[in-house]
Amino acid sequence: MIGEGISRTDGPVKVTGRAHYSLERQEPGQALYGHIVGAGIGYGRIARIDASAAERVTGVHLVWTYHNAPDQGSPEGPEGDMMDRARPEFVSDRIDYYGMPVAFVIADSFEIARHAAGLVEVEYEAEPGRYVLATPAKTAQWKSETRIGDVDAIMAEAVNSVDQLYSTPYHFGQPMEPNACLADWRDGHLTLFLTAQMLNQLISGLAATVKLDRNQITIDSAYVGGGFGSKIVLHAEAVLASLATMHLNQPVKVAFTRRQIFTLVGHRPASISRVRLAATPEGQLTAVGHDAAIQISPSEAWDEAVSSVGRALYATPNLLTRQLHQTLDMKAAEPVRGPGELAGLMVFESAVDELAEQLGVDPVELRIRNDTDYDPDKELPLSGRRLVDCLREGAEQFGWSERPRTATRRDGRWMIGYGVASSMRGHFQTSAEALVRIDPEGWVLVRSDMTDIGTGTYTIVAQVVAEVLGVPMSVVRVELANSNHPKGNGAGGSWGAANTTVSVDRACSTLLERIRAAAGTTYNDIFAEVRRHFPDGLEAIGRQLAGSEDPNYQTFSQYTYGASFAEVGVDIDTGEVRLRRMLGVFAAGRILNRKTARSQLIGGMIWGVGAALHEEAAVDPRFGSWVNGDFAEYLIPTHADIPAIDAIMLDDFDERANHLGVKGIGELGAGGTGGSVANAVYNATGVRIRDFPITLGKLLPHLPRDR
Amino acid sequence: MTDTDGAVVEPVRVSFTINGGLLTLELDPRVTLATALREHLGLTGTKIGCDQGQCGACTVLVNGRRINSCLTLAVMHEGDSIATVEGLGTPEVLHPMQAAFIEHDGFQCGYCTPGQILSSLAVIEEIRAGMPSHVTGSLEGPVPLSDEEIRERMSGNLCRCAAYPNIIAAIRDYAGAKP
Ligand code: FES
Ligand code: FES
Repeated sequence: MIGEGISRTDGPVKVTGRAHYSLERQEPGQALYGHIVGAGIGYGRIARIDASAAERVTGVHLVWTYHNAPDQGSPEGPEGDMMDRARPEFVSDRIDYYGMPVAFVIADSFEIARHAAGLVEVEYEAEPGRYVLATPAKTAQWKSETRIGDVDAIMAEAVNSVDQLYSTPYHFGQPMEPNACLADWRDGHLTLFLTAQMLNQLISGLAATVKLDRNQITIDSAYVGGGFGSKIVLHAEAVLASLATMHLNQPVKVAFTRRQIFTLVGHRPASISRVRLAATPEGQLTAVGHDAAIQISPSEAWDEAVSSVGRALYATPNLLTRQLHQTLDMKAAEPVRGPGELAGLMVFESAVDELAEQLGVDPVELRIRNDTDYDPDKELPLSGRRLVDCLREGAEQFGWSERPRTATRRDGRWMIGYGVASSMRGHFQTSAEALVRIDPEGWVLVRSDMTDIGTGTYTIVAQVVAEVLGVPMSVVRVELANSNHPKGNGAGGSWGAANTTVSVDRACSTLLERIRAAAGTTYNDIFAEVRRHFPDGLEAIGRQLAGSEDPNYQTFSQYTYGASFAEVGVDIDTGEVRLRRMLGVFAAGRILNRKTARSQLIGGMIWGVGAALHEEAAVDPRFGSWVNGDFAEYLIPTHADIPAIDAIMLDDFDERANHLGVKGIGELGAGGTGGSVANAVYNATGVRIRDFPITLGKLLPHLPRDR
Repeated sequence: MTDTDGAVVEPVRVSFTINGGLLTLELDPRVTLATALREHLGLTGTKIGCDQGQCGACTVLVNGRRINSCLTLAVMHEGDSIATVEGLGTPEVLHPMQAAFIEHDGFQCGYCTPGQILSSLAVIEEIRAGMPSHVTGSLEGPVPLSDEEIRERMSGNLCRCAAYPNIIAAIRDYAGAKP
């Protein structure tokens, strides 16, 4: 049962439109509609705000600005916890980032709310803001440094080396379901139908903001239309819907517009990296250096780990990775799928490709030669290290031996190239609890506050229960995503599948022990035994320990691995890059469901394609606004951009991760995949673009003239 | 309903059929078809991903043609016949395209899915009717039901989970299975 490619159990309700996502929940009855007005400047203050015209519109219940907004909790300083911190709105006349909420209108209908929002008059006093990420100076104050040996000295005398600057843009999660909240205050209890990834974690910040006790709040996120990190942190829709329902005693709906998802939800920060590699002529790395500057905001420092993700990718006697935080007057950055890896590995694996080219060593072979089994940062052995297996299997299946020499192959008007890149993603063990109850009537109930954001959690949990208890999946009812259920770890960081299923498995094992103690070790029908010995049913809570409490996590450094192979065509006249095919091979522990896991890996790989070729949120350096903040102009991969893609999952089982052998896969597909696309572009054209994404405008001026 | 200046926004009566049933509604003329379905009729299978014609999540069929229901006002559809995902199949009795999406895992979060499914049904009809697309090689003769044609025509339906290869597999399976 575990591992089988069983179709999603929530499939039938999703494909028929019967799955109700946040705003679609009908339980609270008719709701009022809220709409947020965002600031039209990036930095400065509100000189005057007048909501009287909006307030006079028939059907408007109230308009909040900083003049009259309810009292809220105060945020901690910039180093405070991302999930616990209060996030009040309308605190003062100050504007900290473009689009920051300045007014909130609540009305009988969506149309009235939006119309009235347009009548709020705001005058600003703009002040000069800092909006441009700068290349770090030599005297920069580096943070989070990992240093082994002396990279500078090796680089100074290296014969074969790479020392290059790369940049990656602001990048957004942008799930298809907008951030949205339907809030209902009733009898002193606040219920949120919220599209969210981590419920009990988010309640901490919400309770602090709206000044309630945790136990006065329930969040229900039964169906979530994608997350990718953008629904982890508490945002204005939840805060304002909560305050409004508490104030008006009626249910309130608030959704961000697509454009507001660019201003009111954090992004992956832009980065500028310097990658330095040195190697022997045979291709043995002698030094690895990665310095990265990233944007942070004055209020919060999300440390996108761009520089450190390649630390344990290859063996090296000399290592230096450092981060530099640059404070800009922009919205705080937040987790976005593949935090660290998507940008960091893309540039790092580009640099490795540059080294391979310089040495004349095959890029797959170079990576294999530098395999390691040691994490120099944690000073621990790597468990489940199978990067070489991924590279070898991928090279074989992809037909890597057919890779053209640089800039030599043509297919009609297309210049053809192959590229490879490695992926590596930490496996994080976090505490999680789940309840399993066996009902004498013949069914099993599972409860956790874990969410299924498209990750297949409903399905894999049912598979684990069915296998461990020996019951059909059809009798397993999985109830997720309610904050009143035992606290899981939420969907984010690729934490969900492994930690949730371990807790579920432990609950099932406890139940089996109790049944065997009562019935003896051999019995035919588990429900018959439950009816006989436990007429009221029986239940248990299973627990996964936090990594810090678990010895296995202290003695091994745990990662998942992958290799991606891409073939691109570059138009000889326009420089347009088209992906032609792609293969990923992954070693990610035991796979719980081959069908849903493959989908998630492919989805992640396509994120890598988007990062390499399409996605960039551009800041207007004058105003701090997003120039291209919607789906027409922020380009994400579409059907036409994506040809045949496949993902192979190696048979794997990492007993050092947990007794089920399972690790996470949500970020791994993205991993270094962008690097394989970039390297294929180089192989096709002989042109190396180090400023992502690789768009035709950057490529065209450098294409060979005699093409 | 009144505007600030006292200008009245009178509700407008409109009648159309949805999934075969005739309905008459009194609506604020600013209500889009997508919002009418979701907020006034409880037909939340039609999703709103952008509300500005850029994502395809709100795709419905109007008189057999696919449109972005967020880009059209409900009151413009007097007498029209509208098909939404709710009219296709039920969880117990799935439409074959819905079954193909499940079999091929043509979705993850499912939010773009009703739009993808309705769009894919229309795409097959458009190809069979010989309507050319950007990638159609020749305007003479029938249009091939190729992956390339399907991808091109489905590109107005964004999927951030990026279930694209599986969606194409589902459509191909469905189209091939049909006589
Ligand atoms: S919601 Fe209509 S196209 Fe996006
Ligand atoms: S399935 Fe999530 S957006 Fe398509």
